[in-house]
Amino acid sequence: MRIDARTRAVWLALPALALIGLFLIYPLAEVLRVSFARGESLSPLFEDNYFAGRLWFSAWQAALSTALSLALAIPLAWVFACHRFPGKGTLEALLLVPFVLPTIVVAVAFTALVGPRGALNVALMKLPGVSNPPIDLMNTLWAILLAHVFYNAAFCARIIATNWRAIDPRTEDAARMLGAGARQRFLAVTLPQLRNGILAAGALAFLFCFTSFGVVLILGGPKYSTLETEIYRESLFLFRLPIAAILAIVQMAVTFSAVAISTRLQSRVPGGSHGRRESAFTRETLVAGSAVLVVAGLLTLAPLAALVERSLHAGDGYSLRYYTMLDENVRGQALFVAPIEAVRNSLVFAVCTALIALPVGGLAALAAVRARSTLVETLVQLPLGVSAVTLGLGLLISFDTPPLNLRASPALIVFAHSLVATPFVARTLTARLRSMDPRLRDAAAMLGAGPLTTFLRVELPMLSGALAVAATIAFATSMGEFGATLLIARPEYPTIPVAIYRYLGQPGATNFGQALAMSTILMAVTASAFFAITRAGGRDARF
Amino acid sequence: MRRLALLLLTLASIFLLASCGDDSDGKTLTVVTHDSFNLSEDLVKQFERDNGVTVKLLPRGDAGSMLTALILTKKNPEGDVAFGVDNTLLARALKEGVFAPYSSPLLGRVPNEFQSEGANFVTPVDYSYVNFNNDIARLKELKLDPPKRLEDLLDPKYKGLTVVENPASSSPGLAFLLATVDYFGEGKYLDWWAGMRANGLQVADGWETAYNTNFSLHGGSQPIVLSYATSPAFEQLFADPPRPDAPTANILADKAVFRQVEYIGVLKGTKNETLAHKFIDFMLSVPVQEDLPGQMAVYPVNSEAKTPEAFAAFSKVTVAPANIPAAVIAEKSQQWIADWTRVVLR
Repeated sequence: MRIDARTRAVWLALPALALIGLFLIYPLAEVLRVSFARGESLSPLFEDNYFAGRLWFSAWQAALSTALSLALAIPLAWVFACHRFPGKGTLEALLLVPFVLPTIVVAVAFTALVGPRGALNVALMKLPGVSNPPIDLMNTLWAILLAHVFYNAAFCARIIATNWRAIDPRTEDAARMLGAGARQRFLAVTLPQLRNGILAAGALAFLFCFTSFGVVLILGGPKYSTLETEIYRESLFLFRLPIAAILAIVQMAVTFSAVAISTRLQSRVPGGSHGRRESAFTRETLVAGSAVLVVAGLLTLAPLAALVERSLHAGDGYSLRYYTMLDENVRGQALFVAPIEAVRNSLVFAVCTALIALPVGGLAALAAVRARSTLVETLVQLPLGVSAVTLGLGLLISFDTPPLNLRASPALIVFAHSLVATPFVARTLTARLRSMDPRLRDAAAMLGAGPLTTFLRVELPMLSGALAVAATIAFATSMGEFGATLLIARPEYPTIPVAIYRYLGQPGATNFGQALAMSTILMAVTASAFFAITRAGGRDARF
Repeated sequence: MRRLALLLLTLASIFLLASCGDDSDGKTLTVVTHDSFNLSEDLVKQFERDNGVTVKLLPRGDAGSMLTALILTKKNPEGDVAFGVDNTLLARALKEGVFAPYSSPLLGRVPNEFQSEGANFVTPVDYSYVNFNNDIARLKELKLDPPKRLEDLLDPKYKGLTVVENPASSSPGLAFLLATVDYFGEGKYLDWWAGMRANGLQVADGWETAYNTNFSLHGGSQPIVLSYATSPAFEQLFADPPRPDAPTANILADKAVFRQVEYIGVLKGTKNETLAHKFIDFMLSVPVQEDLPGQMAVYPVNSEAKTPEAFAAFSKVTVAPANIPAAVIAEKSQQWIADWTRVVLR
């Protein structure tokens, strides 16, 4: 009976596996087939261990970036999961905004803040004895690490906070009564119960950084390169497609192993079912809490603020000129993108993505937890390890004939976005599902509820928080437009990032200003959407 | 049952979405191009009216991405014509056989120097020069004269003031690397690059990064940036507040600039050959040729087309560009990029 139920649960992963099979495995196989059919030499792969070095660099910078992201995410999760304070809702929406920003915009933001004539250096140079700009981050390893923390910390904190809120506060109370201090309580009682959340967040951050592309290329500069930046150069500039294909396979193999390991490490012990209540800061926690918020604010909000400031800095004073100019097609361009149209397209794509990724990823999470299948859980994470460039080329050549002539359809973009959003959704929900007390289901079953009723009336309400987090991340994945969709983008449906690129691609102060104005619109739309989703998810959906 | 229904629903929706949105409609002419392409809507509408056709412009990343996409889809091309392959990519495009032959009757108005390569298969449409720009105000602040020749940049007084794009990931980057090969000679160009590295040369991944973050005009550290000869004119045209002069200027010397010629060609396998030919003629017509400079910061190849005044004032190029045949570029650029990477980055 038990075995049978487990086997049946595996079927829940079918939509996710179908999505992965059709939009990931099949296009990749196609691109590999076409690449190798060209019969070019593979010998450059082994020249002076260059690519082995890239693999090693990809791995260690990702590990370091993940560690730094978690170092900020765990305290941040503590602040948001355990406390209430004024402005919390707005702050949590704003902190996730970096996730959707194109890297080139982040580079402009960093330049505005810490560039040689950025706000920070200008301020420091007013100090006595400082004549040259003291901070020079561009094209350093620090720029890469900082940007990765900028992108990852908040969403890691969200996943961990969902887990944290599910911890039974009585376990900590018991420890306190037994005389454990705050530090001991955290290390011996709370941290072990956060294991799944931290592993889930850490694995996602690692994959994100391991396959990092724009950050390394643009902020790290040409001295640093990961496998993904090499794949990009090899396929689009050096035209050595077979080499790019091999690198893409290696990259997937590594990410698959990393996911498998992190899945194995997860604890199978469910947490309590009581959940915690937020409390106001006490005198002791206020200092620590504010310190965490200040660090997170400086790291994520300051660059965003610098961007907004520059978008308002028109010519010789402050004005909204660049925003109003966005609406005028001064040059009468055929490929002009009206801002309202770009906002609408971005939102439609993002909502469709969330509508597909939530059920598909949610069912996969149920399958993984009910069937206790690490294989299912690992397979669903595959899209995160894929090379965006290779996948983009694959999608372009795989869907060009009926019955699957999707090449000219915007649906292909939605499926590509959903493909990448699904692992995030599945990860977030798996962590939460696993921390649920199975006795609740048993109790419901004993009271005569069928599996569907149990799911709808017992589990789903408890999942609402995690679902909202998952929806936010799915939404953000699409808003941020990931690399693979560049090659399948449809000119009829330009998105906000497309409009930003269009302006940043030409010289001239007004073009630059309009790119920043468009970036500010992207941030505002995203933050509002996050805010709305979180509100809709109810109190549990908050951090 | 429910799961089965859900699965069926998913598959049905995929199929439905698949069946709509096909691109093989005879009334549509699809132009595959790169992200920097633009044109006046009025002109496109005029062409559509004159020929009873809908024109669809399909950007496919930068020129390199676009060509890779063209090559991979050549058995079942996405469009009817492709605009934007330049002379650094031309030989590869021809070798892969993505284009079908066509000679426009309007080629008579295009100087021969633009037609020497790819004749019969592709048609030149516009050109631009890749060269250094300098930030006039910033150099003045540093009490430096703008450099005149490439050798000047090796002077320690310009240490750390120059940014170029990586030739392995940027088309202006590659174009300029080719210019240095011609300027210094194949035996000596790497010495100059090694000297530049020692003098604090900065390398960015692409034009967007170099110009928008490294260049001092936008708050970066380098007042000398590898860009285009038309950039100063665009800086004046799009200045804010408006100004009579340009904030930047070109650094030009014989053979130290690379002339990028952009071509258009009929994609082999198109079902709209006649319309494709008409579109190519349209791109060479005077109204389009006079529109291109203001849209894409390029010079028209049609000698009868006029350019904006700002081009003559701030972006006039009288020096001789570097001269490397497309076939040589195709044969040697991979090696040159590899050598460059070894000398400048490792």
